[in-house]
Amino acid sequence: MEATLTTTDTSSQKQPLIRRRSWDEWALGCMMIVGTLALVVTIVLPIYSLLSKSVQNREGNFVGLENFTLFLTTPSLSSSIGHSVFLAFVCTLIVTSLAFFSAYAINRTCIPLKGMFRLILVLPILSPSLLPAISLVYLFGNQGILKELLFGESIYGPIGIIIGSCFWTFPHALMIMLTALSKSDARLYESAEVLGASPWRTFVTVTLPAAKYGIISVAFVVFTLVITDFGVPKVIGGQYNVLATDIYKQVIGQQNFEMGATVSVILLLPAVLTFLTDRWLQRRQSAQLTSKAVPFAPKPRPLADKLSLLFMLVLSGVIIGIILMAVYASLVTFWPYNLSLSLKNYQFDLMDGGGWASYWNSLQMAAYTAVIGTLFIFFQSYLAEKLSGYGVLKGFFQLFAILPLAVPGLVLGLAYIFFFNAPNNPLNSIYGTMTILVVCTISHFYTVCHMTASTALKQIDPEFESVSASLKVPQIITFWRVSLPVCLPAVLDIASYLFVNAMTTVSAVVFLYSYNTTLASVAVLNMDDAGDIAPAAAMAVLIMVTCMGARVVHWFLGDVLLKHTQSWHKR
Amino acid sequence: MNKKTLAKCFTTFAGFAALSMTSVHAAQTELTVYTAIEAEDLKKYAARFNEDHPEIKINWVRDSTGIVTAKLLAEKDNPQADVVWGLAATSLMLLDGENMLQSYKPKGYDKLSPKFKDRSEEPVWTGMDAWMAAVCYNTVEAEKLGLPKPTSWQDLTKPIYKDHIIMPNPNSSGTGYLDVSSWLQLFGEKDGWAFMDGLHQNINRYTHSGSKPCKLAASGEIPIGISFAFRAAKSKKSGAPLDIVFPTEGLGWDMEATSIVKGTDKLKAAQTLVDWTVSKKANEMYNEGYAVVAMPGVAKPVEFFPANAEELMIDNDFAWSAQNRDKILAQWQQRFDSKSESK
Repeated sequence: MEATLTTTDTSSQKQPLIRRRSWDEWALGCMMIVGTLALVVTIVLPIYSLLSKSVQNREGNFVGLENFTLFLTTPSLSSSIGHSVFLAFVCTLIVTSLAFFSAYAINRTCIPLKGMFRLILVLPILSPSLLPAISLVYLFGNQGILKELLFGESIYGPIGIIIGSCFWTFPHALMIMLTALSKSDARLYESAEVLGASPWRTFVTVTLPAAKYGIISVAFVVFTLVITDFGVPKVIGGQYNVLATDIYKQVIGQQNFEMGATVSVILLLPAVLTFLTDRWLQRRQSAQLTSKAVPFAPKPRPLADKLSLLFMLVLSGVIIGIILMAVYASLVTFWPYNLSLSLKNYQFDLMDGGGWASYWNSLQMAAYTAVIGTLFIFFQSYLAEKLSGYGVLKGFFQLFAILPLAVPGLVLGLAYIFFFNAPNNPLNSIYGTMTILVVCTISHFYTVCHMTASTALKQIDPEFESVSASLKVPQIITFWRVSLPVCLPAVLDIASYLFVNAMTTVSAVVFLYSYNTTLASVAVLNMDDAGDIAPAAAMAVLIMVTCMGARVVHWFLGDVLLKHTQSWHKR
Repeated sequence: MNKKTLAKCFTTFAGFAALSMTSVHAAQTELTVYTAIEAEDLKKYAARFNEDHPEIKINWVRDSTGIVTAKLLAEKDNPQADVVWGLAATSLMLLDGENMLQSYKPKGYDKLSPKFKDRSEEPVWTGMDAWMAAVCYNTVEAEKLGLPKPTSWQDLTKPIYKDHIIMPNPNSSGTGYLDVSSWLQLFGEKDGWAFMDGLHQNINRYTHSGSKPCKLAASGEIPIGISFAFRAAKSKKSGAPLDIVFPTEGLGWDMEATSIVKGTDKLKAAQTLVDWTVSKKANEMYNEGYAVVAMPGVAKPVEFFPANAEELMIDNDFAWSAQNRDKILAQWQQRFDSKSESK
């Protein structure tokens, strides 16, 4: 804010500057307007059309809250609210604790192999959420190799959903928790030691309070992810209805779009709540560390270190085990009657879901999403961060940019059908094309990318803009010469985040693909749906391997580029 | 995919020669065809059609019956499909009720058996083949569990089968719906629901697709899967330890049928395709997987199908089945869809 004020001040003082800058500002401001309008079209309007659909009947007349009343009075439907909340609650409890102890082990203990653990524990993020579910079928299904461990309980139902959901939401939780626990003031621990506090007391009075906001934030994120996920309950939920599968059933099974919209709106509520809480927390957390803080360095503690190592080994073992089971299952010829290994399940062309073409489509979609998405998001964030003036516009832009975080993919996908397939929408020609998939995926994952870009841009001194302005360098050149190179690591992060998510996402695109744009992740779902579980596992494994490849490329580029462009960080 | 992109590049960047090449390419009409035909057959169907009509290219959109129907309804105001080839007749009747289908009497319409065509003045759909209910029984798993082989639908309500049966959810699966509608027709409204109440006690879970129960039975996930004969025969052929049971009371069935979507801008090509789908050659092709086809006298026995397949099929009242679909599904959902609740 201050920076903006000073630049406007200087420009008003020096007359010739105004012309120079205002031409610049005009051009960039236009781009900002176009960008904001793009968000209106791709995010705000579709959601509006979804909301209006939920208060209409089949004929399109306004019926008020009738659909909601119907939903709440149909026992088989309303029971899914209870189920969803229950599952989300249990998963939140499990994942938050697991993530806390893993982050604690990595940041606060002296266990060996930290790098390796970090690598393994975030592996699930590279696989579609369907992969753990399919793997569980092979582990604990009626022909599962570990079936006895369930003592006669069925994996198809809450147990399966909980294990599967915990698996894929864990890395998300871990990453937030690692950040939350990485910042801590060593002086507090020294004081505790000097005052003779026991380790347990130190943990309760120093460690936990400092991580408080991180823990709450993780809890909300996991809750939302689980309640809005659709892949895991679809594959392993059996007859256990949840909200997310209800939408799918209403829309796909009964062609009841209005009820689908109604359930979507209900699903929107917890997500919006989470989102608001998270905003509120972020505002509180900023002032936690003062400039006088001394970074904490863990000291060896034999018992705590041993327990942590054991914990990390078990957790990594479970994650690797679930992944390897899926890999093995995809290679077995005909489970369980012919256990010889073959690549038979990789002959996708004989199955539902679009065959190998869907894999190439996914690659293409992910590449477009990564390239176009990164360029658009980063440039828009730059304008929002560094362009002077346009206060109102920026306010709206910020609002629209964080909105997608509160919109579950399934809801967004449905909103896209309503909005983009309306006959009077001039954009309806993109319905059923690759374009709509790319646009939808970028919108779906917009917020995290936007935040990454903004954070990186905030670290650059606004002086660069004012100095280049006084040197009469157009701002776009400053962007190209300074901001972009300095933020390259963030740009790479965004691109790789978009690529991986575009490869693995199912929820939004499941309503939007068409004959020549079938996607690999959707093919996993469709193959499982048709009972071809082994080929579904094979495709899920293929997606995971691809995402690992993307991460390796990211790491390589990042490492090479870091050396060239980031040396200014060092002194 | 790659070829298409290449072709596009040529048109944009290369000269006259490339342009003339694309004009040859453009002479090929592309039809968007929605279907619920089993995935492994799609290539064969298109290839056989292209033997006679290389000028028309088929772009398939395949999904299970409920999903294709939902997609068509969703796109009602802005249809994407030109032709529907291979969707349940009851679904087509539903779409016809929404006034979405183009009436057309294809060449060869008269040669089809009356059961397999829309007999109104201006017919909108023609049948291809019948797909009928069947029960997949995994002999290996059933022996482990000591389950006798069922022979009738009523057998499946016996307590011994508790939690050992999977069937498709009629809300999403065409096979599921034909089962439910056939039970209501066979046993009467009251006894039909009573039968389903009994069956429900034994159901392990309901799946979304009609082929999944049989595939699950084939892989031993469940000993008994209620599915359809085509899938059962295919799974048995691929080496699964299956016995296929055709319950003695009679088999529910629906037919796969074809229609032109109203509003298509490629009407001529669409009509050519529909003409072909009722031809003798097409019917012989259907017969490779299905025992009962639309053209009388064509069908030869199919491996693992009973020789008297047509006699086993109930006298299905399609009009009743299509008209009451919403009501039956709502009733079904209210009774059974919250299975885990009652547990």
